[in-house]
Amino acid sequence: MTHLQAIPLWLAVPIALLLIFGSVLTLLGTIGLIRLHSFYDRLHTPTLGTSWGVASIALSSMLLFSWLGGRIVVHEAVIAIFVMITTPVTLMMLGRAALHRDRAEKSPLLPDIARRTLGSEDHPQVSADVSPAGRAPNPDLRG
Amino acid sequence: MSAPLLIAAISLSQLLLALAGCFAGWRILRGPRAQDRVVALDTLYVTSMLLFLVTGMRTASSFFFEAAMVIGLLGFVATVALAKFLLRGEVIE
Amino acid sequence: MRRLVPHPLLTVGLVAMWLMLTRFSLGNLLLGTVIALIAGWAMGALEPARVRIRRWDLVLRLALIVPWDILKSNAAVAWSILTNGQGGKRQSGFVCIPLTLRNSAGLGMLSIIITATPGTAWLEHDQHSGLLLLHVFDLRDGSDWPAFIRDRYEAPLLEIFR
Repeated sequence: MTHLQAIPLWLAVPIALLLIFGSVLTLLGTIGLIRLHSFYDRLHTPTLGTSWGVASIALSSMLLFSWLGGRIVVHEAVIAIFVMITTPVTLMMLGRAALHRDRAEKSPLLPDIARRTLGSEDHPQVSADVSPAGRAPNPDLRG
Repeated sequence: MSAPLLIAAISLSQLLLALAGCFAGWRILRGPRAQDRVVALDTLYVTSMLLFLVTGMRTASSFFFEAAMVIGLLGFVATVALAKFLLRGEVIE
Repeated sequence: MRRLVPHPLLTVGLVAMWLMLTRFSLGNLLLGTVIALIAGWAMGALEPARVRIRRWDLVLRLALIVPWDILKSNAAVAWSILTNGQGGKRQSGFVCIPLTLRNSAGLGMLSIIITATPGTAWLEHDQHSGLLLLHVFDLRDGSDWPAFIRDRYEAPLLEIFR
């Protein structure tokens, strides 16, 4: 632990606060994972850890190693950016997979708006307030 | 003065993250459905990655940083493959 | 110039990542640049659609408001978990939003923003009708979610990737 003595107090306080903040957020996310009752509610909870949880722990690690190394160390930021980009991908895929499975099973938990396939004729939202004729043609849709 | 403060903060953070990992593990065991387990597994990956980062701060070695990076990459690939499996029922099409 | 650097954003990002993972020095800068250029040519061979950012000021604005929104949403969701949904009053639900954004890079950014915010989860998007299905953690506060997503995130993204 000798390396920790080299940290001045004014830097140690923010490092400690960021660490505790990040881990408390991550813990709260997993508490939600246990306490919430529906899958779609639980889908929100990992994001607590993967947004500001990872960001603040990476930031505190960057502060510590920058001081110890005597230069600006930012490689923890790569982890933080990586997690922030990949978690949406996995959670989106999991959300879609769950929706797909619930639809296939005709789960009674899904409301009408989620049960029908988006954009299909009988989707309630289409008749409600979207007029497909009023849309601009899409130049970006190639192929 | 700053060393005891940092050691206390790092220990508390390790404890909280370990507890978070246990909670995620509980949800993996409990389910009830496959998608619940996969979300919990993804959370467990992120939590253990953070635990490695914090442990790296304690020992001041870059070994844990590299391990955390590998865990992050593996976790992403594993969760995507599992989600793909849930969506289609087969991983390789 | 276009032939040398077919994907400037990717190349610059890779050089930045290389320098972040290693020590900054002239040798690493050169090595990173060579690797990023080769990766850019490899990407060029795959011929994905080129991404062009037209409004850097709006990128900067989004880079400031999104972390702030995520922090606020973190606090709201964490509080809701701690208080057991504020005594069981929390109501989650599905929201369907018609989008005008069709650019795939823009939709990618929007999905990252929405999913990275703890209060909202992106479930499904239909390319043809532009409909987006979201799950919202707390619908109770009565805010107009379609208008919120449209004005705060979709409108700047439409400008950026016009």
